[in-house]
Amino acid sequence: MPGLSRSDVEHVAHLARLGLTAEELGLLEGQLNHILDQYTKLAELDTDAIAPTAQTIELENILREDIVTPSLTVEEALGNAPAAAGGYIVSPPILSGE
Amino acid sequence: MTDLTRLLAHEMSDRLRSGEVSSRALAEAHLDAAEAGNHALNAWLSIDRESALAQADAADARLTGREPGAHPLLGVPVALKDLVSVKGGQCTAGSRILEGYIAPFDAHITERLRSVGAVILGKTNMDEFAMGSSNEHSAYGPVANPWDLETVPGGSSGGSAVAVAAYHAPLSIGTDTGGSIRQPAALTGIVGIKPTYGRVSRYGIVAFASSLDQIGPFARDVRDAAALLHAVAGRDERDSTSAPVPVPDELLHLPTGDDEAVSGLRGKRLGLPREYFVAGMDPDSRRRIEESVAALEGAGAIVEEVSLPHTDYGLATYYIVAPAEASANLARYDGVRFGPRLGDGDVLGNYLATRGRGFGPEVKRRIMLGTYALSAGYYDAFYVKAQKVRTLIKQDFDTLFEQGFDALVAPTSPTVAFRFGAKMADPVAMYLSDACTLPVNMAGLPGISIPCGLSEGMPVGLQLIGPAWSELELFRLARGFEGLTAGASWRRQEPTQIGLTTDPAEPTPAERAAALAGARAH
Repeated sequence: MPGLSRSDVEHVAHLARLGLTAEELGLLEGQLNHILDQYTKLAELDTDAIAPTAQTIELENILREDIVTPSLTVEEALGNAPAAAGGYIVSPPILSGE
Repeated sequence: MTDLTRLLAHEMSDRLRSGEVSSRALAEAHLDAAEAGNHALNAWLSIDRESALAQADAADARLTGREPGAHPLLGVPVALKDLVSVKGGQCTAGSRILEGYIAPFDAHITERLRSVGAVILGKTNMDEFAMGSSNEHSAYGPVANPWDLETVPGGSSGGSAVAVAAYHAPLSIGTDTGGSIRQPAALTGIVGIKPTYGRVSRYGIVAFASSLDQIGPFARDVRDAAALLHAVAGRDERDSTSAPVPVPDELLHLPTGDDEAVSGLRGKRLGLPREYFVAGMDPDSRRRIEESVAALEGAGAIVEEVSLPHTDYGLATYYIVAPAEASANLARYDGVRFGPRLGDGDVLGNYLATRGRGFGPEVKRRIMLGTYALSAGYYDAFYVKAQKVRTLIKQDFDTLFEQGFDALVAPTSPTVAFRFGAKMADPVAMYLSDACTLPVNMAGLPGISIPCGLSEGMPVGLQLIGPAWSELELFRLARGFEGLTAGASWRRQEPTQIGLTTDPAEPTPAERAAALAGARAH
């Protein structure tokens, strides 16, 4: 299994939206490769005929009646927002103004 | 006069009902203990005296009214890991990224505890987002183990374990994704159970890895742990993974007498999985487990050596599945809807700054691992492969339980509590702390850790693992073992350094950790 290069680590950090310092990136490159080495053990197992397990208890979809029940008020829902106005959360623009 | 903090929850319950003690007196005694001990232990992230006393007064009113069918936890103090939502209170999950966040609603288990009348004293310290095995990954500082203040209490629910071990509360709530209840229970000499996946609703709990996380109790004896599980377990339609499986009231009626409890062990068929005596296991801890197994056999249990052949693959499988799920769950911490928002205004820059500075090193490591394992080109090689191996791990357990084993007996942790800093430089060494617990989460099964003796003065935990929904049976077996060891001297021993924990001149856990790091550097 190929190891992670410094630019791979930078790419994954970008995907994860983590702003990391040069020092953190360097440390992570070594640590992640050490952890990935542990993963190679799984290649010993032939799993071609094995079904994946995503959950362990045999629950089928559980449905409920579609009845309106009380939930948070707008004020409560906005109570933790770093910025709010007019009943909405304020965030930086996602599209540029062009 | 009796020190109220030394009573077990069921003893408190008896005295509350007889009128011998009030819930307010219990709350005050425990709040005093928690406040006095927090400098040296750092087990609590918040202690809410005013709210606790109001809850205690309300419980006293219900007790005076001799409310019919009242739960045994009415009026009894409890501590919650700081990832359980309590309306109007903090819920940091041990992270800077939730600093200042105020929970706008109660978790399902908080509602349950309020309805039975338990008294919530405050919120306990934890590894950030429950990622860790030592509580050293908390953004709010490490927690010390009252058995030796230079050692860790285990994690991630280290604060909840220490609150109970140090007599700040008779009961507490933790969560267990790979061992985060059982391992700290073992390292602090108390009882902790991870119930079957789906047993307790996780509505209002900060998520780590959604196919693995489960809530469970800590207590100083088996009956108390069972009573707390009884209070919080059961179906809740707001968590679609909480299962419509009945919660037996027998959880409240485990044998009171030791002889009766021990007699329940006769004829039980227990498997001893040889792979759990892992390389690197501390030989003296191993002897405690072997002595415990001999005692169980002496009481008439039939113990057979068995194999869980895929145990060795558990660590790699877990460290793909759990980080992958965590990387998705933790995407919500972006500084938009709650929590601090850092950066200078553009949306991507804000994300990078908020998450880069808001998360600690272990959380970032796991997000990176998970993001990589789920990324284009690697999804099949890592994530799908791990899910397939998960099937094999689960089948190992299923095969044994189909053969009629009532439970499996194993160590909870390969070692006793270790010193601050001992495993911080090597993430894989830290991850190995959970080698004996994480396969149980992978299979969704219940597992309980109970004290089974001391190794060089530090507690050792015995783990019992059962088939899905077998918590009552596990508690009965654990209660039997408790009865069997009732006369042992270690059972009456308080944590060795408990006396130091109320001395304001003692260093804080962070200071002890720094001093040890300094000594190591020389």
